[in-house]
Amino acid sequence: MNIDDFIKKVENEIDEITPGVLKPDTNFRDIAEWSSMHALILIALIDADYNVTITGEDLRNSKTMNDLFNIVKSRVS
Amino acid sequence: MKASIKAISYYLPPDTYTNVDYFNDFPELVNNTNIARLGISERHIVAPHTTASDLAVQSAIKLFEEHNIDKNDIDFIIFCSQEFDYYTPATACIIQEKLGIPQQAGAIDINQGCSGYAYGLSLAKGLVEACERKNVLFLTSSTLTKTFHPKDKSSRYLFGDGAAATLISAGDESGIGSFVFGTDGKGADKIIIRDGGARNPVTAKSTQENRDDYGNITSDANFYMNGTAIFNFALRKVPLMISELLEKSNMKMEEIDLFVFHQTNRFMNDVIRKKIGIPEEKFVNYLESCGNTVSSTIPIALCESIRSGKAQKGQYILLAGFGTGLSWSATIIKL
Repeated sequence: MNIDDFIKKVENEIDEITPGVLKPDTNFRDIAEWSSMHALILIALIDADYNVTITGEDLRNSKTMNDLFNIVKSRVS
Repeated sequence: MKASIKAISYYLPPDTYTNVDYFNDFPELVNNTNIARLGISERHIVAPHTTASDLAVQSAIKLFEEHNIDKNDIDFIIFCSQEFDYYTPATACIIQEKLGIPQQAGAIDINQGCSGYAYGLSLAKGLVEACERKNVLFLTSSTLTKTFHPKDKSSRYLFGDGAAATLISAGDESGIGSFVFGTDGKGADKIIIRDGGARNPVTAKSTQENRDDYGNITSDANFYMNGTAIFNFALRKVPLMISELLEKSNMKMEEIDLFVFHQTNRFMNDVIRKKIGIPEEKFVNYLESCGNTVSSTIPIALCESIRSGKAQKGQYILLAGFGTGLSWSATIIKL
């Protein structure tokens, strides 16, 4: 797994993101008007594609796409 | 005698809160097109002086009228809600009087939220099969919108008020199968109204505004839901509950004709459906015009499926609810 694929998946899932704009050091809270809906989309995507559970606390403790990716990577079995 | 569901009707209060109303209240969310994936366009909102029992009474009157049921035949009332008329007496007793149901009928309240429908069916089944009851009137009702903080943009989008009436009757054929129940009180604080019950009285601090990670505002005197925690809870628990129920019922997934789950929102329905591997045509989504009505989502979706012909006589239908408690329950009915 690599971060480029991860970012592509997130870009495909969230409506407001123009493909190519999201970078590893992008703060994901800068995605449009960050809302709980975006959080649910990320949780669902990571569950379906990586079989990894991301909690509200994980999101609170992460800032960038890279932070999030590292959590996923550390939990992939 | 065996128990089965004989009839379902439901009642939604007349006032509506549409997405146009919603985006007027929360203009900052107008461009968040992801919200459309929740699949709700309007909710019905209870009037300030109407109670959950008033809605339940209306749903029972509709049940009697639409299905030509004689109220004198009802010998038990179960009222499932989270909003009761008084500390005492039980609201089901008030409902007995309002509906003119004979004094020989038993009447109890059960306090459950989104998992309440299968719980109520299990009690009704027990009353019919072990306690010689012939016609159990099972009412579910929610007026949860009364508890929302005006700035709670999540809850005000997702939930609507309403009530459903289900008649469970005795007969020769079994129409309600095995049950799976579950409880995790560790998660009690994930969906909660903290103040105003016996544990925490309302104080000046109760109305202080609390803001969550997503800018959602509520207070301890208002309804609170941790959406991400509930989403993760449902993603883990619902698939397990379904496989446990199928195993207990000695049935395969393919033998189920229709799946009617608690309707939290369309997005969550889709995610859970895909995770379990249920084909789209066997799954019911019904919340666009009413939102999440708590313990009434399953009977409303079931009622509409019967009306539209999606659910038919003789079919096996799996019902599953999950939510505040944390609590979950599921069963398989045969129409």
